[in-house]
Amino acid sequence: MARLNPSTAINRENPFKRNWLSTSLWILLGLYLVYSFNAMGLSWQRISDGLGFAGKLLDKMFPPNFSRWELLLNGLGESLEIAIISSIAGIIISLFLGLFAARNMMPGWVSTPTRTFIAICRTFHPVIIAILFVKSVGFGALAGILTLIVASIGFIAKLFAEAIEEISLKQVEAIRATGASFVSVILFSVMPQVFSRFIGFSTYQLDSNLRNSTMVGIVGAGGLGGTLFSAFQRFDYDFVAAILITIIALIMFGELLSNIIRGVFR
Amino acid sequence: MNTTNYNYQRFTLRQKLSRYTVYLVIIIALVQSIRTVEVIPEFFFDAPTQMADLFSRMWPIDFDFYPISVHGAMIETLNIATLGTLLTLVFALPLALMNASNVVSSVWAHWIARFFLVSSRSINSLVWALLFVAIFGPGVIAGVLAIAFRSVGFVGKLLGEAIEEINMGSIEALRASGASWMTVLLKGYWPQVMPAFFSLVLFRWDINVRESAVLGLVGAGGIGVVLNDSMNLFQWQRVSMSLLAIFVVVILAEIIVVNIRKRLI
Repeated sequence: MARLNPSTAINRENPFKRNWLSTSLWILLGLYLVYSFNAMGLSWQRISDGLGFAGKLLDKMFPPNFSRWELLLNGLGESLEIAIISSIAGIIISLFLGLFAARNMMPGWVSTPTRTFIAICRTFHPVIIAILFVKSVGFGALAGILTLIVASIGFIAKLFAEAIEEISLKQVEAIRATGASFVSVILFSVMPQVFSRFIGFSTYQLDSNLRNSTMVGIVGAGGLGGTLFSAFQRFDYDFVAAILITIIALIMFGELLSNIIRGVFR
Repeated sequence: MNTTNYNYQRFTLRQKLSRYTVYLVIIIALVQSIRTVEVIPEFFFDAPTQMADLFSRMWPIDFDFYPISVHGAMIETLNIATLGTLLTLVFALPLALMNASNVVSSVWAHWIARFFLVSSRSINSLVWALLFVAIFGPGVIAGVLAIAFRSVGFVGKLLGEAIEEINMGSIEALRASGASWMTVLLKGYWPQVMPAFFSLVLFRWDINVRESAVLGLVGAGGIGVVLNDSMNLFQWQRVSMSLLAIFVVVILAEIIVVNIRKRLI
């Protein structure tokens, strides 16, 4: 740190100048708020009306009703099954797709179509994919599994391809110099460098598949979401509260589990 | 094998055992899931035919439908995403400050903040939308609130982590000069977390555009309502129009966000 100069009263600048960029951003923000409230017809009347209903709803939700625990457990089991199968299948598929999409491993005519495919998997929200699968393979767990496989590919394959593109090529060269085949190059020079990051992405995806497996049921793709949605439609708000508590517990358990896995593979 | 030099092993016995345990558990879980899950094999093998049928019915995309209702609904979706992101900040900023250990040092505050952040992240935006549709009735308000409540966990957690990583030197200097609590926040913390803050908010806005496109399926406004209606009427050419609109808007949002973030960082 430089020594402080003795300050002179003559040319002392305000250290915190007015920032015209941020001022204009604030003004834009205000204008946008006015515009959007008008465009969407939001009014305080509706909001304050709603707050009254919120009180009633909370009143009905407590205490949570666990008396139909068999139904709850069935949905929970199906959600878990969907999450596990889709995570593992998705991880295995994205292992290959990620490799094919890495531009330093594959020629352009392989990597570009693969990257496009991955981008398409990522663009649509899982719910939209779930709807398409429900229409094509019918209601039930299968649609949920296929949906979450697509969602997993979009996430893991992309990040995995990026991780492979960042590796050091020295080890690849060294293994190649020994005359190793392509598969050996992948197994002994690429995989050791990216494996821990891959585990990181996979556990994250397991987590998010757990969350999403409780949601795809809303459009009929099996799991706890279906139970939740029908409870909503029957206005069984105390059962809804029980399901929500179960979901939160499930996700906390999932976070714990992925922390353990990450610890093992560190 | 006689000399120990050649016995190099990458992992210790304990590491190996724990890894194999994880693999074993994964395989058991997979086998158990496949055995108990209710999947009808005929449906699975039938899927390609059904998919082809679906896409053939979608094919000539009904572009005339765009000006009728897709355009307005798309604007509404973007408004829901933007308003929801702005509303999130109102909740996320205090929670992020409470969660950052170099701003608030109380352990209780951390636990309270973490509880809210975790519950916000655990409940999916569709479920939040269901709750708010039950409270406010179908419409845009439910969508905005669902997006806002869902994003709080994400923004609050990552912003809290960004605050914890800052350099405390300038904070100390400001405190030593006798600056008030608010001044320390505005002139000490804010300039340092500003790039992270904007890039986070933009990133979340991008995610919210995707999410707000589906909220309409449970009645919370936006393009999802149009999508749901045309699907219930089996007007698949209109469905493909809505899907195309969502696709284009999501890609555009991502390109915009990526470019702005590149300049910020």
